[in-house]
Amino acid sequence: MFRIQQAGFIAPQIKRFVIEAPRIARKHRAGQFVILRLHERGERIPLTIESSDAERGTISIVVQSVGKTTKQLNALETGDGILDVVGPLGKPSAIKNFGTVVVVGGGVGTALAYPTTVALKRAGNRIVTILGGRNRDLVLLENEMRQVSDELYITTDDGSYGEKGLVTDKLRELIAQGMTIDEVLAVGPVPMMKAVADVTKEPGIHTVVSLNPIMIDGTGMCGGCRVIIGGKSKFACVDGPEFEAHEVDFSVLMQRNRMYREAERKSLEEFQRAEKEGGHGKAEGGDKATACLMAEDKQWSR
Amino acid sequence: MEPVKEVSPNPLKLKDRMKVPRQHMPEQQAELRVHNFTEVNLGYSTELARQEALRCLECKKPTCMDYCPVGVKVKEFVRLIVEGNFLGAAAKIREDNVLPAITGRVCPQEDHCEGNCLLTKKVESLGIGYLERFVADYEQRMGVAPGVNAPPTGKKVAIVGSGPAGLSAAGDLVQKGHRVHVFEALHEIGGVLMYGIPEFRLPKQVIREQIDTMRAMGVEFETNVVVGKTVEIDELFEQEGYDAVFIATGAGLPVFLNIPGEHLNGVYSANEFLTRINLMHAYEFPRYDEPIVELKGKQVAVIGGGNTALDAIRSARRLGADKAYVLYRRSEAEMPARAEEVKHAKQEGIDFQVLTNPVEFLDDGNGWLRAARCVRMELGEPDASGRRRPIAVAGSEFEIPLSVVIIATGTSANPLIQSTTPGLKTNQRGYIEASSETQRTSRKGVFAGGDIVTGSATVILAMGSGRRAAKSIHEYLTTREW
Repeated sequence: MFRIQQAGFIAPQIKRFVIEAPRIARKHRAGQFVILRLHERGERIPLTIESSDAERGTISIVVQSVGKTTKQLNALETGDGILDVVGPLGKPSAIKNFGTVVVVGGGVGTALAYPTTVALKRAGNRIVTILGGRNRDLVLLENEMRQVSDELYITTDDGSYGEKGLVTDKLRELIAQGMTIDEVLAVGPVPMMKAVADVTKEPGIHTVVSLNPIMIDGTGMCGGCRVIIGGKSKFACVDGPEFEAHEVDFSVLMQRNRMYREAERKSLEEFQRAEKEGGHGKAEGGDKATACLMAEDKQWSR
Repeated sequence: MEPVKEVSPNPLKLKDRMKVPRQHMPEQQAELRVHNFTEVNLGYSTELARQEALRCLECKKPTCMDYCPVGVKVKEFVRLIVEGNFLGAAAKIREDNVLPAITGRVCPQEDHCEGNCLLTKKVESLGIGYLERFVADYEQRMGVAPGVNAPPTGKKVAIVGSGPAGLSAAGDLVQKGHRVHVFEALHEIGGVLMYGIPEFRLPKQVIREQIDTMRAMGVEFETNVVVGKTVEIDELFEQEGYDAVFIATGAGLPVFLNIPGEHLNGVYSANEFLTRINLMHAYEFPRYDEPIVELKGKQVAVIGGGNTALDAIRSARRLGADKAYVLYRRSEAEMPARAEEVKHAKQEGIDFQVLTNPVEFLDDGNGWLRAARCVRMELGEPDASGRRRPIAVAGSEFEIPLSVVIIATGTSANPLIQSTTPGLKTNQRGYIEASSETQRTSRKGVFAGGDIVTGSATVILAMGSGRRAAKSIHEYLTTREW
């Protein structure tokens, strides 16, 4: 059992957890993730590590309530336990001094980009950050990101905060203004990452995205997380999760993330019905790909 | 001086023993079992076990034992069954095999003990696997946990992976008085026994009981540790004070066919398909959270002819698949699966399409599998494996409508540990180099065995390497010589 040392909402439906996991904390590098399972009948879901503290033996994760498992997780409080947490998995982000790096964070993706941004800043890069969300509530970690950014822009879909528009509008604008960009890191819903890749392709800016396919074991054993990179099959859990954006076949990623949509819907409906009836943990079935539902985020589904 | 003549408890004369027919294993009816995941074989009754045991010829030089990868003393344990001393028989097996309830169920006996039983010259072999299972289950029912007598040596051994190789080594080492700590990457102990082999062939409860027995013997287990990621081999020595490490992580990565359409929804690796079902209980969705695609009334095929392939397709049948095919590129004679599994699969209505190979998976227009385009094969000259090489028959292409395909054509080495352990030598295919006698690797104090050394093999071969490793680790810890 992995004890939750601290839990609190940072936005509606989005909660940050500090979890006691000394082995993982000791080895974590920016860009890596954990897989967790809440209870004996639970599914295994991958979540990026937001930060770690090797001395205290803790890691933190940021979770958006989307399907049954994430809703159950976000119902946990300080002092509760998570049955299984394994990691750190995946390759760490490539950290070096590129020059100027534009970090694009969409919704909860900002929390996932945060540790890499910190490491990139420490490596001497000039950081230009673009944060986006459907509305003000979904612009996350603004203060934290501001501390490690040289410039920071905010866009919201509905104009409730920052500039009205998409993160890609801002990125296009910066490129048009002639800003020298050596590297782009984009983390967010799949359609957002695809849109960023489309924008940076023509000017030839090296762009990295963090992919979130469906996974089970996270060690390369099952092959469920296979993605197509430069025409070749790769396993996101061991070869990724970060890949060069212009090589990624986003349509196959989105197609594969839809594989359990029916089952996820069924799970969530039963869970919500049970919740309404006042029972906890009565509902059954999970949300395999929180990623897939994030991908349907209205902002990016047009 | 004349040697003391062995006194047999068997009342039958040798020629009469051959007249006793091999006792049939009671099994769940095929029509019933295709609708459930409970075990197919029901196990011998005491009476059946004694009858079967009477068939043993008690050879002076028992070849059955010579061909057992862990050296189970077959003649001796069978004799104890004849005497009615079932716990004694279990203890006799345990001298060489720490997981008898498991090997009694999944070992390919026809390739080892039973295949080399003298009875096969005239009649069917002795049911050694069935008898092993009988005494192991009997011991479990009686609740007799074997004790450990060896005084503690103060030495610590880390075992990486809790599959058959790791468990076998752990059992032997703890009996020598070493402190044994087993690391497992998944959330359940058992490795391939847990995620790979389905409930209807090896009930999870049987594995848990065998592991509880090992815990009672003093073996420590830690789940959720991916060695190579969560902790590295060098750290186990330097920071955690281990004196030796045994790497038994299994083969690892699933091999795909590299044909068009493998990314389609509905195309699974056998590892993923079986992990969802066995480890994650997807067959009990939505009571359990992990889903699997709907198979009810669907057409499903597995590619491959090994035990894993049959485990996968028989699971698909139990999940309601209407048509369930095995597509295998060689003929049935070359099929590596256990004979009993092929028999059971046929009883369950699995359609074996041998000399058949898929060349493309076809899209239904929405990213889901619609069909497999296949070719018929014929057998040519023997290849490197000694088996006749399958060659595509020109112009034989045809389509099989399918909604789900499971690829069970093998695995390749998982590089997680090799890539984080400097100085650990691997072969061209990425498997760890280890002596086939001592299981020693190129790194002092590091041993390796099972599929991560040999590539995909069987439970019992992995256990054999675990035993050799345990012996060799014990020698190393005692002498400190490398």
